[in-house]
Parts: sequence; structure tokens; C-alpha cells
Amino acid sequence: MKFAIQINEGPYQHQASDSAYFFTKAALEKGHEVFRVFFYHDGVNNASRLTTPPQDDRNIVARWAELAEQHDLDMVVCVAAAQRRGMVDEGEMQRNGKDATNIHPRFRISGLGQLVEAAIQSDRLVVFGD
Amino acid sequence: MSTLHTVNKSPFEKTSLDACLSHASAGANVLLMEDGVYAATKGTAVEQRVKQALDSVKLYVLGPDLMARGLSEDRVIDGISVVDYAGFVDLAAENDKVQAWL
Repeated sequence: MKFAIQINEGPYQHQASDSAYFFTKAALEKGHEVFRVFFYHDGVNNASRLTTPPQDDRNIVARWAELAEQHDLDMVVCVAAAQRRGMVDEGEMQRNGKDATNIHPRFRISGLGQLVEAAIQSDRLVVFGD
Repeated sequence: MSTLHTVNKSPFEKTSLDACLSHASAGANVLLMEDGVYAATKGTAVEQRVKQALDSVKLYVLGPDLMARGLSEDRVIDGISVVDYAGFVDLAAENDKVQAWL
């Protein structure tokens, strides 16, 4: 079965990203396909490669990136939510005249159309948020 | 046509569980997760409401979220099934859609 995952909350603030991670991992382990993980609203903060949690705490960003690496997951960050919160990739840096990027290379910035497409293409859309 | 409803709020803080139970059709499945797991424990002010809901819907509670809150499975109301994340995935797959009561 094909799943799409939506995450509306940032890391370390709300359990949404943790719940979504364990759900996604369990789905993949069961042999299901995860069509896309879409990070919306404060969820875009899950994509910062500059995140440095204490060593005895889970690294939420790195954990998502590793799962994406293992299963070739498509992890998409909403562009409008990203712009508001300063989540920047190379293209956004140039377009908006910024001096740095901060997105982890396993994530990509795109539009809300990607969420709609994921909902259409997948059998189930599972939403995690506040 | 069955729906899996997910409730992630404590019933002592928000009204989403009550809204969900009032809305869910007979035969629906409801998963209590995150702070929603408090609703699954015995001896609370919402226990009767939850037990009454068991007459028409099937209730599940996410075991890892119970454990994260120091709640053992023997405190779960009879009739509510404890599932892990694999069980959550199965529920999502078995139902036609998943509705999160955020």
C-alpha cells in the first residue's frame, strides 16, 4: 500500500515528528511504500541541517535523513512555510538574496501541489500535528 | 467504508476526543495516541464516556505512547486494544481513510 505522510509541527517542540517517524519506519518495515513525506507549517524546521541536539538526545533531522537515504524517500518542505521560517536552499538563497542555506540535502523545497499530488497518488494520507 | 480516527490530545485538556466520538460512525476505529492515551486509562473522569463509546466503535491505544508517559498496560480500560506502530500501520491500511483530530 502507498502512504503519504504530512507533518505540521517542528522537532523537539511537539511529538508529531517523532510519531510520524516511527509510523513511517514501521510502514516501510512492513513493505509498504511511502510516496512522500511532506513538511508543512512549523514542520519545515525538521529539515535544518544545522540542528545540533545534545549527544544523549535523538537527532530528529539526522534520523529522518537516514531513513530517507535507506529507502530513497522523497521528503518535501513547503516553500511558503519555509520562506516564512528561514528554511533556505540554494535556489531560495539566490532568489531572495540571502547569504546562506540551511536545509539538509536529503530534503527539498517545493510547493503545496506536492502535498495534493501525494494525497492523490497515495492510498492513505496520514497527518501528524498539534 | 470504515475510518480510522486518530486522537492525540488529552481529554482533560482539549475536547477533540469527545468531538471525535460524537462524530464517528458505528464500526469506526479510533486510535488514542500521544497525550490522547490518557483517555484509555481506568478511573478517570472520562472513563464512562469512553466505555460507552466502546458499544459502537473499536478503540485502540498506542503502547509506546503509554509507556512514554509511565502508564502500564494493566491500567488500560478493558475492551481497548494496545497496539504498537506496526499495529498503527495495519489499522491505517485496513481502514479506507485516516482522519486526524488535530
